[in-house]
Amino acid sequence: MNIVLSLIVSGLAISALVVIPFAGVWAAPFYGVHIEWLFGIVIPYLAAITFFVGMIYRVVKWAKSPVPFRIPTTCSQQKSLPWIKYDYVDKLDNPSTRLGVWGRMILEVLFFRSLFRNTRLQYGEGQSIKYTSSKWLWIGAIGFHYTFLVVIIRHLRFFTEPMPFFVKIIENVDGFFQIFLPTAYQSGLLLGAAATFLLLRRVLIPQVRYVSLPADYFPLFLILTIAGTGILMRYVLKTDVVSIKELTMGLVSFSPKIPEGGISVVFYIHLFLVSALFAYFPFSKLVHMGGVFLSPTRNLENNNRAVRHINPWNPKVKIHTYEEYEDDFREKMIGAGLPVEKKVAPTENKE
Amino acid sequence: MAVIPKSWNVPQPDVLTKKIDHGPASMGLQKGWMSTTPVQIKEGMHCHAALAKNLKTVGMPNPRDWSVMGDDWKLPENWKEIVLDGLKDRLGRFRSFQLFMDICVRCGACADKCHYYIGSGDPKNMPVLRAELLRSIYRKNFTLAGKLLGPVAGARNLTYDVLKELWYYLYQCTECRRCSVFCPYGIDTAEITMMGRELTNLLGLNIDWIAGPVANCYRTGNHMGIQPHAFKEMIDFFVDEIEDVTGVRVDPSFNRKGAEILFVTPSGDVFGDPGTYTAMGYLILFHQLGLDVTWSTYASEGGNFGLFTSNEMMKRLNAKMYAEAKRLGVKWILGGECGHMWRVINQYMGTMNLDVAEGSKMEDPVSPITGTKFENAKSTKMVHITEFTADLLRHNKLKVDPSRNDHLKVTFHDSCNTSRGMGLFEEPRYVIKNVCNHFYEMPPNTIREQTYCCGGGSGLNAGEDMELRMRGGLPRANAVKYVHEKHGVNKLACVCAIDRAVLPNLMEYYVPEVDVTGVHEMVANAMVLDGEKKKTVDLRGEPLPGKEDSE
Repeated sequence: MNIVLSLIVSGLAISALVVIPFAGVWAAPFYGVHIEWLFGIVIPYLAAITFFVGMIYRVVKWAKSPVPFRIPTTCSQQKSLPWIKYDYVDKLDNPSTRLGVWGRMILEVLFFRSLFRNTRLQYGEGQSIKYTSSKWLWIGAIGFHYTFLVVIIRHLRFFTEPMPFFVKIIENVDGFFQIFLPTAYQSGLLLGAAATFLLLRRVLIPQVRYVSLPADYFPLFLILTIAGTGILMRYVLKTDVVSIKELTMGLVSFSPKIPEGGISVVFYIHLFLVSALFAYFPFSKLVHMGGVFLSPTRNLENNNRAVRHINPWNPKVKIHTYEEYEDDFREKMIGAGLPVEKKVAPTENKE
Repeated sequence: MAVIPKSWNVPQPDVLTKKIDHGPASMGLQKGWMSTTPVQIKEGMHCHAALAKNLKTVGMPNPRDWSVMGDDWKLPENWKEIVLDGLKDRLGRFRSFQLFMDICVRCGACADKCHYYIGSGDPKNMPVLRAELLRSIYRKNFTLAGKLLGPVAGARNLTYDVLKELWYYLYQCTECRRCSVFCPYGIDTAEITMMGRELTNLLGLNIDWIAGPVANCYRTGNHMGIQPHAFKEMIDFFVDEIEDVTGVRVDPSFNRKGAEILFVTPSGDVFGDPGTYTAMGYLILFHQLGLDVTWSTYASEGGNFGLFTSNEMMKRLNAKMYAEAKRLGVKWILGGECGHMWRVINQYMGTMNLDVAEGSKMEDPVSPITGTKFENAKSTKMVHITEFTADLLRHNKLKVDPSRNDHLKVTFHDSCNTSRGMGLFEEPRYVIKNVCNHFYEMPPNTIREQTYCCGGGSGLNAGEDMELRMRGGLPRANAVKYVHEKHGVNKLACVCAIDRAVLPNLMEYYVPEVDVTGVHEMVANAMVLDGEKKKTVDLRGEPLPGKEDSE
């Protein structure tokens, strides 16, 4: 797969994901076929089930593989002698206690601590190698994940009645600038911007381009298209929010019903793409969301010399014992004045 | 111009480094990486194949003589099945492996962190792609998406060519873990390389520079294959040397029952310069302290090339330390300066082998000189020599005259394993700063947890892969060159026997003005010994400036 093929394959897949609901909801009625229920009810349910069952399957599979050795990547001074500096940075980057591990994991999961270390190689003439701090990937990643989170929380307004207070707060903060009508949420635009940035760097940086697979472009395309259809619905086509909420509330209360009068096809496209994302999630690299918590190089204390770690499958192995070793070299050892267990070389019994 | 031995088969540094390309030209736009097999195996970029006799000694599969450059690697007929079964088995035994196969997002943060990628420009040396070589096989055989979609999902069949490519790059990784520092999910290429190498070992595809030391270590107790009498002779030779330089005759003991401490260090320090001077340093230190310590000819190897072979082999070789500690009845074990030895001790030894020590007389380690309890080692019962010496210096129990090292301008190379598999940063620095007056750090992106490999770790420090070593060592050498030019640094200190074997060549190539030393060589040179004669030379027999005979 080269870059061109990868982009084409991903692009075609996304096109298919747009065409299918379009055909099913917009075109099919011309032929007397009404299958909104398929796109509005059945597929979302199936996607949600796939997501939850798939993620549980993943996590259980990871958890079933034991952690035979305690192998944290130690990124700071170890805890050793009491007078050797071991301050809070060390406690977080080379934790010796559970609390330190919690701190390390919080920094990792919420603030992408390791990515924050990123540097960029500058390879110049005359063996000149420099490393410059490079925070762009970190900024892009933080921007992408947090705006995505805000967008998801905002969408809770479609699934709750009454709306929880924090959804209201998030909406107010997100729409702080109060521009446009309806109020423009920054999160949607920023999510689009961040995903575009991540896509551009993937295409433009030669190293990243070379390692990228369709599986890297596809989710970015998918998320961009989801954001695009969302923005389209809210700001351009002004889709009927009341009908949509009727449908979504029906879904969460397990009494699903397609609203009378119907909903714009863009909504069904949006919903179908979201369903695709949910269903795709457990089978893709997106499972890093769950995996990051389980990484043995991050979530273990570096205290193996102080506290024994048990390997559940610790193998029985054959070792070359001292006795065998002495049998091999006894005479030479005696000759060199080295102490031995058996003074005389074992000779065959001759009677 | 550096004088480069012809046998290295490497061009001048400026020629070698000028051709390194990290740009788009090095990575085809038309061809994705998956369609670049068969791999071009280059002389000088790999080590020789393991000899049959070395595999036989330890009962490894498929012992036969073969050649890396040969077309036929003489694999068992069902090699594919062996690899896939082995892969499945390891996915079920190592969470790290299963997880790291699944969660990479190919963000590329690791790409330019690898010394081999920096020094070679070969995109398959980017940690992410090195891992993808194995992941692609995993996806094809163990994931739904890979089975259904093939290359679209980054999956590919395990073919002879794919195996050869995988092998080539598994033995171009030194398991240094630098990439894992930067990975947002902590994906550790060392784990992937270790698993990959276990798989190659199922087919008898080890390199001899690993298989040889493993076989030797198993039989004679050390990598060099030194038999007990020769081991003692070498230390006796050091005793004479030390007397010549200091006027003091040290009196080491071997395999002595009832000693308080067992000392284990890499055999490289006993048999190869400049490690030998570090070994002399240990002898001087123990003598001056009157330490009740014994060497062992059975456990005469701290290093463990089993780590580069398989976890079972690592366990088999490591078990000797506890077995010997138990037999001799020592209270605890003191470990010399070594990198991967300490990765094994710090992260694996207790887990693997503490049951061997059951019923022994071992106790929580306490320094008999200062009374300090080494709380951080109370389970494994093994203390790092720089922890031990730092404690002595802190308590003023070691009389040192740092001016004896005034002709040295020292910088310190953090070894990968003690850095990223332990966090031993301050202890060696504290020791160095107490025995030397001139210490300079290399740039921050090249030390501590971001330290660069010497270019020859994980069993790649052979003589036939000099190009690989010079390429991999480039970032390290570049940083040394920087402090050499800026501060006049002339000594590169390290706490690793492989460093002491690898870095001298690297320095000879890139920065010939800089010499390599162990930390305890400098300690011993600075020590003021009871009954010493007027010192005019250091342990290497080089004159001490200002201390020459002035008669």
